[in-house]
Amino acid sequence: MYGFEALTFNIHGGYLEAIVRGYRSGLLTAADYNNLCQCETLEDIKMHLTATEYGPFLQNEASPLHTTTIVEKCTLKLVDEYKHMMCQATEPLSTFLEYITYGHMIDNVVLIVTGTLHERDVQGLLEKCHPLGMFESIATLAVAQNMRELYRLVLVDTPLAPYFSGYITSEDLDDMNIEIMRNTLYKAYLEDFYQFCKKLGGATSEIMCDLLAFEADRRAVNITINSIGTELTRDDRRKLYSNFGLLYPYGHEELAVCEDFDQVRAVLEKYPPYQSIFSKLSYGESQMLDKAFYEEEVKRLCLAFEQQFHYAVFFAYIRLREQEVRNLMWISECVAQNQKSRVHDSVVFIF
Amino acid sequence: MRFFDELPPMEFLRSEKMSFMQLIIPVESAQRAISYLGELGLVQFKDLNDDKSPFQRTFVNQVKRCGEMSRKLRFLKDQINKSNLTILARPALEPDTNLEELEVLLGEHEAELLEMHTNSEKLQQTYNELLEFKLVLLKAGVFLVSDQNHAAPSERELDEHVYTPEEDGGTLSLLEQEIQPDFSNKAGLRFISGIICKSKALIFERMLFRATRGNMFFHQAQAGELVMDPVSGEMVENTVFVVFFSGDQAKIKIHKICDSFGANCYPVPEDMTKQRQIIREVLSRLTELETTLNAGIHHRNKALSSIGCQLWRWTMMVKKEKAVYDTLNKLNFDVTKKCLVGEGWCPAFAKPQIKDALERATIDSNSQLGIIFHVMNATESPPTYFRTNRFTQAFQEIVDAYGVARYQEANPSVYSVVTFPFLFAVMFGDWGHGICLLFAALVLILYERKLGSQKLGSFMELAFGGRYVILLMALFSIYCGLIYNEFFSIPYHIFGQSAYRCRDPSCSDAHTTGLIKFREPYKFGVDPSWRGNRSELPFLNSLKMKMSILLGIAQMNLGIMLSYFDAKYHGNSLDIRYQFVPQIIFLNSLFGYLALLIVVKWCTGSQADLYHVMIYMFLSPTESLGDNQLFWGQKTLQILLLLMAIIAVPWMLFPKPFILRKLNMEVMSSQDRERGNKQRKEKGKEKVGGNEQRNDKGKEKVGRFQGRTYGILHTSETDLDVELDSTREHHNEFNFSEVFVHQMIHSIEFILGAVSNTASYLRLWALSLAHSELSTVLYEKILLLSFGYNNIIIRLVGVAIFAFATAFILLMMETLSAFLHALRLHWVEFMGKFYHGDGYKFTPFSFAALADDEE
Repeated sequence: MYGFEALTFNIHGGYLEAIVRGYRSGLLTAADYNNLCQCETLEDIKMHLTATEYGPFLQNEASPLHTTTIVEKCTLKLVDEYKHMMCQATEPLSTFLEYITYGHMIDNVVLIVTGTLHERDVQGLLEKCHPLGMFESIATLAVAQNMRELYRLVLVDTPLAPYFSGYITSEDLDDMNIEIMRNTLYKAYLEDFYQFCKKLGGATSEIMCDLLAFEADRRAVNITINSIGTELTRDDRRKLYSNFGLLYPYGHEELAVCEDFDQVRAVLEKYPPYQSIFSKLSYGESQMLDKAFYEEEVKRLCLAFEQQFHYAVFFAYIRLREQEVRNLMWISECVAQNQKSRVHDSVVFIF
Repeated sequence: MRFFDELPPMEFLRSEKMSFMQLIIPVESAQRAISYLGELGLVQFKDLNDDKSPFQRTFVNQVKRCGEMSRKLRFLKDQINKSNLTILARPALEPDTNLEELEVLLGEHEAELLEMHTNSEKLQQTYNELLEFKLVLLKAGVFLVSDQNHAAPSERELDEHVYTPEEDGGTLSLLEQEIQPDFSNKAGLRFISGIICKSKALIFERMLFRATRGNMFFHQAQAGELVMDPVSGEMVENTVFVVFFSGDQAKIKIHKICDSFGANCYPVPEDMTKQRQIIREVLSRLTELETTLNAGIHHRNKALSSIGCQLWRWTMMVKKEKAVYDTLNKLNFDVTKKCLVGEGWCPAFAKPQIKDALERATIDSNSQLGIIFHVMNATESPPTYFRTNRFTQAFQEIVDAYGVARYQEANPSVYSVVTFPFLFAVMFGDWGHGICLLFAALVLILYERKLGSQKLGSFMELAFGGRYVILLMALFSIYCGLIYNEFFSIPYHIFGQSAYRCRDPSCSDAHTTGLIKFREPYKFGVDPSWRGNRSELPFLNSLKMKMSILLGIAQMNLGIMLSYFDAKYHGNSLDIRYQFVPQIIFLNSLFGYLALLIVVKWCTGSQADLYHVMIYMFLSPTESLGDNQLFWGQKTLQILLLLMAIIAVPWMLFPKPFILRKLNMEVMSSQDRERGNKQRKEKGKEKVGGNEQRNDKGKEKVGRFQGRTYGILHTSETDLDVELDSTREHHNEFNFSEVFVHQMIHSIEFILGAVSNTASYLRLWALSLAHSELSTVLYEKILLLSFGYNNIIIRLVGVAIFAFATAFILLMMETLSAFLHALRLHWVEFMGKFYHGDGYKFTPFSFAALADDEE
């Protein structure tokens, strides 16, 4: 019932929407970033962050700080907030919130599998996992030797199982296969999430489908660029693109045959929303594309807050917070490694 | 008006005179000077480094060090809380340590504790392992024995439940031991035994099943004993398991799964004697470890308690130090002159104290240079500072909740001390309830010291904060209750006999024809004979309604009078002439007249209908009053008053904005002339001091920071005038339409308000009526009803319900509602007449406030 959410939305979603909007106002502003970018040491960063919402998470950290500690604590805040919202949520919002974490789950699975492939310590790998994407039997991933086992042993219990069941080969795990697995899983996940949001209807579906379509397109572009020059065939590449989004289906056909960055650019410039992104980049400059996409994403996510009575604000908030943590990580790294001139390279201002 | 001029100055009515001062402090004595000022707590520093982020300021390193120290203190406090020690903060026995020593000391303590932690953690870990090993041995031993007892694997599960730990010592026979090695070889089975957290056991089993494709057997049993989880420090319930499987591949897998689930595996020897021997060894080592662990904990607790008694003092010290550096960061640092420049507000009376503190700081820090303290002109309006004591504070807070007074504005809380509880009591008048309230207030005041030092709930906090307000409210309630003659709604003959009696001894017609008056009126308050009478309500309503109007008009007049004093104090004759005078004429010619009529009616006992008089005063002022005439010349007076009221309206509305515009034009033109003269002069001469007269904020700021262009003022009398002038000069952008609209709104608000505010005071009557009716209902319908039965239980129940209803409905709910209504009458009806409330509070840099924060 599009247009009538205002009548009933607040019965279940009103409290949490208020909460998430409150959280949003705790995001760092451009003034904060300006101050952070001027920091000389990690201590300065800590000092500045203790004056913000991150205060309670950072203030008890002992003095020789590391970037990882800062990032870990900042992520902890996001996780705390997510858990709080999750506890309060009712259907279908709770399912929606769960969907948001599946992406991290896929990343964690891939991280552990690759890690064990290269014989890293499982505990160390677990610490590197994103806490939002943890599930109970994640440590057991190390046992699996091939994909079939992976599925049968571990993933069958997780929400990722349906995404995986469509793609089981008994091939051994190697880097290439894992990367393909990640993208296949992600494709299935995005499509499932897309369908779920469609089903929710109303403003949620309108905004979320938009955001997810952008996400799918961005992934398609990234897959294309990363697979240039690898042994991935065109058909395989084509299979990794999600079956929705602005580029689907004609753009995908064209992307599948691209051989270098400028061809990708030519394909995307046919689409007005992406034209503006590329118009900022000079030819051959593929490194800056990530940042440009991030900026576009942040812009779109911020716009989600302009409308009321829909779930996309939760998605947008968590994504924005993640972007903020990425920013903080970049700033901290730059400060820690004395590369302050590069500090603005990858920081995306949110407000 | 002469009378008002000769009144003594009312210093409570105004906030303290403030001076804007500048401090020039040599670096060596800066820290000490600021901390002395913090102890004094009478200086509010202005942040001169607003544009700098916190880590660009001068004393950022010291602030960081303090932050680090408070982190260590928090760590120590955390440790003390974790170890469940109760430590009384002893008064300082040791001499004062300075900050550097404290920093070292804290570092040592932290390192010591951390080392103890790692040591005890290692011990704890071994202890846990041994404990788990013991559990596994005991439980898994049982499985193995049961397996061997009954060779048929299908019966294992059944037997697992039959076996109990007591049996395992007794039933082990030599025969079984002989079979054992045989068994394991024969079946080609291996097993892994271990222990796992209970919550994970189910998934663990499922995972094992999947990994071995079902070719395994899983036994589990409750561990029975809780084991401490080393990470969270909580006691966790565990499950002992034994997995039987075959094949090497499976073994690797199972080991991996055990690892990933955090299950600890322990080898259990299949040999019975060996098993028993190991158990014995483990047990002995466990007891050993336990004593070591206990000794460690004892040692740690001792260290913690020695820290604990100093902790509070250290925390305060670090807090103070941090506050000092935060304040120092607000000062401007002048590198060339090796001194700090600070600006801020202080009350004028505190100047000698501040100077004294600064001198002490200079001497104590052996500085060659003294600290320079001087008063300057300020461009912004000063903060508002009222000196309150614990009695007046609550009243001041009631006023501040509406808005902090403008600098040197008449302070309504002076009057609120009496008027607020009084208006409350008019609504709450019942001396029985008043006495209850009085007891509550007295309890709060008697235990003031005890209650003040502890943390109270939000409601108690509220009651405690307003204990003196409650005291006065209770006293006034008793007074008003005596006037209303109500004690839990029952009238008493305290002040002699009733003035009325029945017409005949049988008193049969008392309720039909009424009573007759036969002696002097009742001495004080309402005659008890009105109670239960047919005309009780009309009589009380008429009394309370008229009384409300009288009180209201008196209070509103007081409000307007205060606006006169304000205007006079600030030398604003415009406001007196074109605002105060028409206002007081308007209010009194209409509602003051009503008050007069009420009083006359009361005094003469006239039957005149006051509604009629008031209404026809407007509708047909020239018509004869007839029966309703109260005094001679009333008609002429009415016409005169009406005319005055009509004249007062435009008087309020028009002159002020036009005069303001005229004044402004004159000022502008004279300024232009001056500027023109100056420019002509400057052309010939050098360009010095040209900036001074123009209120160019930016340039002035720069000038001040360079410490050159301000003049030092010596007497405190003159500086105030200059301050006021300088503040006013900044508002010289005159917008006529804005001023006019503002004046129009103000006038209309006043004129409409005169009617609505007078009506608003009728809430006094309404609430008083509601209160007395409610208490009558409780008394008659509950207490009297239950006493109608000759049954002790019903009576007791009746008394209980009456007591609870009185306590919760009348004493708590009614108190709150009467409080709120009294609050509204003060905020809107009274303070609306004169109070601007757009000032800001004086927030001095003070250590005392820091200590309050801590609690």
